[in-house]
Amino acid sequence: MTEVTAIPMEHGLILAAVLFALGFAGVLVRRNIIFMLMSIEVMMNSAALAFVVAGSRWQQADGQIMFILILTLAAAEASVGLALVLQLYRRFQTLDVDAAGEMRG
Amino acid sequence: MSFNLLFLVFLFPLLGFLTLAFSRGRISENAAAVIGVGSIGLSAALTALLGFQFLTHPPEGGAYTQLLWTWMNVGGFAPQFSLRLDGLSLVMMSVITGVGFFIHLFASWYMRGDEGFARFFSYMNLFIASMLFLVLGDNLLFLYFGWEGVGVASYLLIGFWYKDPANGLAARKAFVVTRVGDTFMAIGLFILFHELGTLNIQDVMARAAVVWPQGSTTLTIAALLLLGGAVGKSAQLPLQTWLPDAMAGPTPVSALIHAATMVTAGVYLIARTHVLFELSPFALQCVGVVGAVTLVMAGFTALMQTDIKKILAYSTMSQIGYMFLALGVGAYQPAIFHLMTHAFFKALLFLSSGSVILAMHHEQDIFKMGNLRKHIPLVFWCMLIGTMALTALPFTSGFFSKDEILHEAYLTGHTDLWLAGLFGAFLTAVYSFRLIFITFFGPERWRKESHAHHDAHDAHADEAHHGLAANENPHGAKTLDHHIPLLVLLALAIFGGFIHLPLDGVLPHAVIADHHKGGAFIEYLPLIVTLMGIALSWYLFLKNPALPERLKNGAVTKYIGKFWQSAFGFDWLYDKLFVQPFLWLVHINRNDIVDVVITKIPNAFHSAHGFFAATQNGRMRNYAFAMGVGACLVIVVVLL
Repeated sequence: MTEVTAIPMEHGLILAAVLFALGFAGVLVRRNIIFMLMSIEVMMNSAALAFVVAGSRWQQADGQIMFILILTLAAAEASVGLALVLQLYRRFQTLDVDAAGEMRG
Repeated sequence: MSFNLLFLVFLFPLLGFLTLAFSRGRISENAAAVIGVGSIGLSAALTALLGFQFLTHPPEGGAYTQLLWTWMNVGGFAPQFSLRLDGLSLVMMSVITGVGFFIHLFASWYMRGDEGFARFFSYMNLFIASMLFLVLGDNLLFLYFGWEGVGVASYLLIGFWYKDPANGLAARKAFVVTRVGDTFMAIGLFILFHELGTLNIQDVMARAAVVWPQGSTTLTIAALLLLGGAVGKSAQLPLQTWLPDAMAGPTPVSALIHAATMVTAGVYLIARTHVLFELSPFALQCVGVVGAVTLVMAGFTALMQTDIKKILAYSTMSQIGYMFLALGVGAYQPAIFHLMTHAFFKALLFLSSGSVILAMHHEQDIFKMGNLRKHIPLVFWCMLIGTMALTALPFTSGFFSKDEILHEAYLTGHTDLWLAGLFGAFLTAVYSFRLIFITFFGPERWRKESHAHHDAHDAHADEAHHGLAANENPHGAKTLDHHIPLLVLLALAIFGGFIHLPLDGVLPHAVIADHHKGGAFIEYLPLIVTLMGIALSWYLFLKNPALPERLKNGAVTKYIGKFWQSAFGFDWLYDKLFVQPFLWLVHINRNDIVDVVITKIPNAFHSAHGFFAATQNGRMRNYAFAMGVGACLVIVVVLL
C-alpha cells in the first residue's frame, strides 16, 4: 500500500483549533443572533473535524461516528435556535442580543 | 400555719409589680393603690404570722431553710435558690414589709394625682420583692441578685420624675457610684468561691474558719471587698456621694429606700458574713473607722444644708455610720437594733418632711418655712418625736439603740471610735434641732413680704409652681391614708426600743471584759452631750439667729462653712479624678478605634457584593466570554 502522503494530524488539529477560535470570536463580537448561531455551528464543526482527524490517525471508526452524532446535534440545535430567534424577534422587534438583556446588575 | 409559706412573702410584691407593670395606664388610681399597697399588706401580714410562729415554735437549730430549686448546675457550681428564715432575716423582713407597708400607704396619699401613679407602685413593689430576696437568700449569689435588684429599683425611683434631666442625672449617679461598690463585692464573691468552692452563706461561714487562719491575707482581701460593696450600698465614705442626690426621688422613696431599708443593706451584709470579719481583725477595724469618719463628716455637712430632705439624707448617712461603728467593735446585735429603730424614726421623719413639703407646695428650703407648728400641728409632733428619737433622747427608741452602741464601743475598749460617736451625737443634736427650730418655730418666712425679699435674691430659683401663693397658709392633710402611717410610725419611734430582737442564735455578743468599767458617768455622757447640742442649737438658731448669719459671712468661717456644705468637697474631687478624665478619654476616642477596625469587615463584604452584582448584567456575550476564559483557565490548570 502506497503510503498515502497523509496530511499530518497536527495540520488537521491546527485547522480545527483555528476554526474553533474563529467561531468563538464570532460569538463574542457579533450582536446579531443569527450570526451568533452560525458561529456556534462553526465551532461545532471544528470539534467534529478534530474527531475525524483523530479517527483517521488511529484508524478507528469512532471518529466518524462522533461526526455523525455532532451533525445530528447541530441540526437539532439549529431548529431549536431558530425557533428561539423567531420568538426573540417577535418580542423585541430586533435580532440584537444585547437589546434583549433585561437584567440590570 | 407553717414555714413553707415563706416564699409567698416575696411572691406577693413580685406579682404586684408584674400586674402593675403590665396594666400600666389601663387601671384607675384606686385599683393601682389597692394592688400596690395590698400586695405589701399581704406580705406584712404573712410576715407577722411567720414571726409569731418563729417566736412561739422556733424551728430546729433556730433557722428554717426552704429550698425552692437549684438555680443552675455548672461544673460543680450549683447555687441553690433557697430561702433562710432565722432571727436576723426575720428582723429584716419585718422591717421591710412592716415599715414598707406604711410607707406604701402614705405614698398612696402623697402620689395621688401624679400621672405615673401605677408606675410608681410597680417600682415600689419591685423594690420590696428585691429587698426580700436580699435578706432571705441563703446564698451569696442569691443575695447579690437581690442586691442588684434593689439597685435597679432605686435607680428607677430616683429618676421617677424623668422629665427633669437633673433627676435622671441623680439616678445615674446613684446607680454608677453604687455599681463601683457592687463590683468590689462581686470580686469578693469570686474570691470566696474560688477559695471555698461554695457561696452558701452557712457553708462559707463554716469553711472560712477551717480554711483560713486568723488574719490571713486572702481572707482580709475578700472581707475588704465585701466591705467595699457594703460601703457603696450604705453610702459610707468614700462612696457616699450618691445619697444626697438620691433625694431627687419622691419623698416616700427617700423614706423607704434611702433611709429605712436599702441603704442599710450594707449593715445587713456585714452582719450576715460577720464570721469573715471576725477572722480578719483588720477588716473589722476598717468597718469601724469608716463608720466613725462618715458619721462625723455627715454630721458637719448636715449642719450646713438648707434643703429639708438633704439634712435628713446626711443624717441617714451619719446614722448608718453608727451602725458600721457598732459592727466594727463587734456589737452586731446593737447594730441591727439601731438599724430597726432607725428605720422607724427615719421613715417617720421622711414622711413628715414629705407632708411639710406638700403643705408648702413643693418648697424644700427650710429658710422659706418657719412657725409651721401652728399650721400643721400633727406633722410637727411627728417630726419632733422623730427628731427626739434621732438624737437619742430618753424614752424614745433611738435612745436604747444608740446608747447601746456607744456603751459597747466604750466597753470593748475602742475609745477612739467611742469619742467619734460621742462627738457625732453632739452634731446630731445640733443639726436635727436646727431643722426643728427653723422649720417649726421662729418667724413665718413664707409670708409674702419675706417671699418678695427672697425673690430679689434668687428669682430664677423660685419657679412659679413652687412655694405658697400670697396670703396663703400652709395646710395639712386630713385623710386617713396620711394620718395612719404617721401615727403608727410615731408609736414605733417611741416604743420600738422595747422590742427584743431574736438575734441570739445568729449574731454573737460583743466581747466585753468588764461590764462595770466606766460607771454611771460614761453611761450618762451621751445624754449630756446631746442636751448640750440641743442647747447650742436653740441658742444659735432660735435665740440668736444673727450669730450664724455673722459666722456665715466671717473671714475664715465662711470658707469652713462652704467646705462643710459641699460635703467636704468629695463631689468636686471625684469630678476631677474620675469624671473629667473619663470624659476626656471619651472625647479622644469619639470615633471608636475598635469600631473603625470592625467596620472594615462589612465594608469588604459590601464591595465584593458590588463587584459580583455588576457581573450579572444579562449580556449573553459577556457570559460567553467569561465561559471561554474559564474554560481556558481550566485547561491551563489541568495541563500544568
